[in-house]
Amino acid sequence: MTRRTLLTIVVMVLVGLLPPLLYWSGNAFYLDLATRLVILAIAATSLNLILGYGGMVSFGHAAFVGLGAYAVGIPAHHWLYGGMDAIATTSGYVQIALAVGVAGFFALLTGLVCLRTTGVYFIMITMAFAQMAYYLILSIEEYGGDDGLVIDTRSEFNWISLDDPIQLFFLAYVSLVIAMLIVRMIVNSRFGMVLQGAKGNPERMATLGFNVYVFRLVAYVISGAMAGYAGALLGNFTTFISPEMMDWSRSGELMFMVILGGASTSVGPVIGAVVFIVLEEFLSHFTIYWHLPFGLMLMAVVLFARGGFVGMLTKRKDR
Amino acid sequence: MTDILQIQSLNKSFGGIKATDDLNLSVQTGELHAIIGPNGAGKTTLISQLSGGQKPDTGKILFKGRNIAGQPAYKRASLGITRSYQITSLIMEMSVLDNIALAVQAGDGHSFRFLRPARSISHLRDRALELLKQVDLAEKADHQTVALSHGEHRRMELAIALASEADLMLLDEPMAGLGTHESHQMVELLRGIKGRHTILLIEHDMDAVFALADRISVLVYGHIIATGTPAEIRDNEAVQHAYLGEE
Repeated sequence: MTRRTLLTIVVMVLVGLLPPLLYWSGNAFYLDLATRLVILAIAATSLNLILGYGGMVSFGHAAFVGLGAYAVGIPAHHWLYGGMDAIATTSGYVQIALAVGVAGFFALLTGLVCLRTTGVYFIMITMAFAQMAYYLILSIEEYGGDDGLVIDTRSEFNWISLDDPIQLFFLAYVSLVIAMLIVRMIVNSRFGMVLQGAKGNPERMATLGFNVYVFRLVAYVISGAMAGYAGALLGNFTTFISPEMMDWSRSGELMFMVILGGASTSVGPVIGAVVFIVLEEFLSHFTIYWHLPFGLMLMAVVLFARGGFVGMLTKRKDR
Repeated sequence: MTDILQIQSLNKSFGGIKATDDLNLSVQTGELHAIIGPNGAGKTTLISQLSGGQKPDTGKILFKGRNIAGQPAYKRASLGITRSYQITSLIMEMSVLDNIALAVQAGDGHSFRFLRPARSISHLRDRALELLKQVDLAEKADHQTVALSHGEHRRMELAIALASEADLMLLDEPMAGLGTHESHQMVELLRGIKGRHTILLIEHDMDAVFALADRISVLVYGHIIATGTPAEIRDNEAVQHAYLGEE
C-alpha cells in the first residue's frame, strides 16, 4: 500500500467516525461543523476534477453550488407559498435531479464559451459567469434578493430524514466517498488519460487526434453537476440560502481547499476542507482578521510544499 | 507510384517575411522523402502547416486527393497524418508507458469511456510496450518521462509517431541535439521503419539524410529549388550554390 492510499484511508475514517462520536458524547456543535466540512469537500472534489486533473483553473465554481442550493430552496418555497406548480415540491429526488441538471446545464452553456480560452482568460471568464449568476439570483425579489431565502422544509426522502443531523451527516459523508470514487474512476479511465494529457500538453494531444475542447467540456459539465449536488446538500444543511453562496470569494475558498490539500489527489480536497474549516473556526476565535494568517499559510504551502498537504505528508519514495 | 501528399503553391507570411513562398511538393506513397535547407528556410513552418498547427495563407494541401489546408490538427490526425516535434513535446508528468499508451489509444478510437481503468486495458498496454521495445526503451516504461535523457525523449517521439500507424509521418529533426552515438542509433531505427511508412523527414544531419532518403527536396527561403535522388541532389548546381554561397 502506498503512503498516499494509507493517508486517504486514515483521513476518511477520521472524518467519518470522529464527528458522530463527538455528537453522541454531547458535542453536537462539532457534527454541524463536520457536516459543512464534508459538503464543501464534495464541492472541492468536483473542482479537483477540472482544476487538478484537467488543469482548468475555474474561479466560478461556487455558482454551481449556489444553483444546486436554489434548486432545493425554490421548489420548497413554491410548495409552501404557491405559484410555479410545475416545480413546487419537497421531494428530495426531484430537487436533487433539478440541482444536478441545472448546474450541469449552466456548466454546459458557460463551458462552451469559457473553454475557448485558456490561462488567465479562463480564470476571468469563469469568474464573470459566476458573478452573472450571482447578480441574477440577487435581482429576483420573490426569492429574497440579497436577503436570501429560508428553506422551511428540507428535501424529503422516504428512507432518510434530513432533519436528523446525524442522518444528514451520513448522507453527506457517503456522498463524499462516492464522489471521490467517481472522480477516481473518471481520472483513471481512457477519458481521464486524455484529460490529464491535455493538461500536460494540449498541442501534442491535438496532434494525436484528440479534440481537446470536447474532452474538457465533458469534464467541466460533470464537475459542475457534481458541485450542484453538493449545493443541494448545503441548502438542506444551512436551511438558509443567499446569493452570497455564489460570490467569487466562495469560489476562491474552494480553490484554497484543492490547492492547499493537494490538487490531483483524491484525498487532497478533503484535507484542504478539513484545514480550512478547522482554521476558520479556530482562528476566528482570536481575531476577525483570520483571513490574514490563513492567506500567509496558503502562500507558504504554495511556495514551499509543492503538492499541498498531501505532497508534504507523502514525500519520499512514493513518487 | 501514387502521390499521397501534394502541396500546390503554398504561401505563408509572418509580417513581411515569406516563410513559405509558392511551395510545390509531392510525396509518393511509401517513400522516405527528406527536406533539407539552410537555417530559416521554413522547414518547421512547412511541417506545421501540414500537421495543422498553422494555417497557410493561400495554396492547397492535398492528402490522398483531398484538400486539408483548412482542417484543424485533430482532424488531420484522424485522416492519417502524424508528426514528431523538433523540440520534444511529451507529457512530462506522465510515465513513459502512459505517454505511448495515450498515442495508441488515440488510434484505437474509444476515448469517451469512463469506467474501466485505462491502465488495465491490455491491448493498449501491450502495443505500447511493443513500440517501446522497437525504440529500445522497454526497460524505462515505468519511469517518469521528465526523468529521461534527451536522446530517450527523441526516441519516445518516434514511438508516438509510430503508435498512430499513420499513413504519413512528419518527422521534424528527430536527430536534433543528439550525440554521434545516439544519432547513429536513430538512423538505424529509421532505417528499420523505412518502407513500411511514408515519411517526410526534416533533418539537418546531412549524413543521415543522404543515408536514408529515397528522394530529397531542397528548401531555400520558403521555396523548393530542387527535388531528386540523393545522387542528383549532390550534383545539383543550384543546391551547391545555396549551401556554399555565392563565391
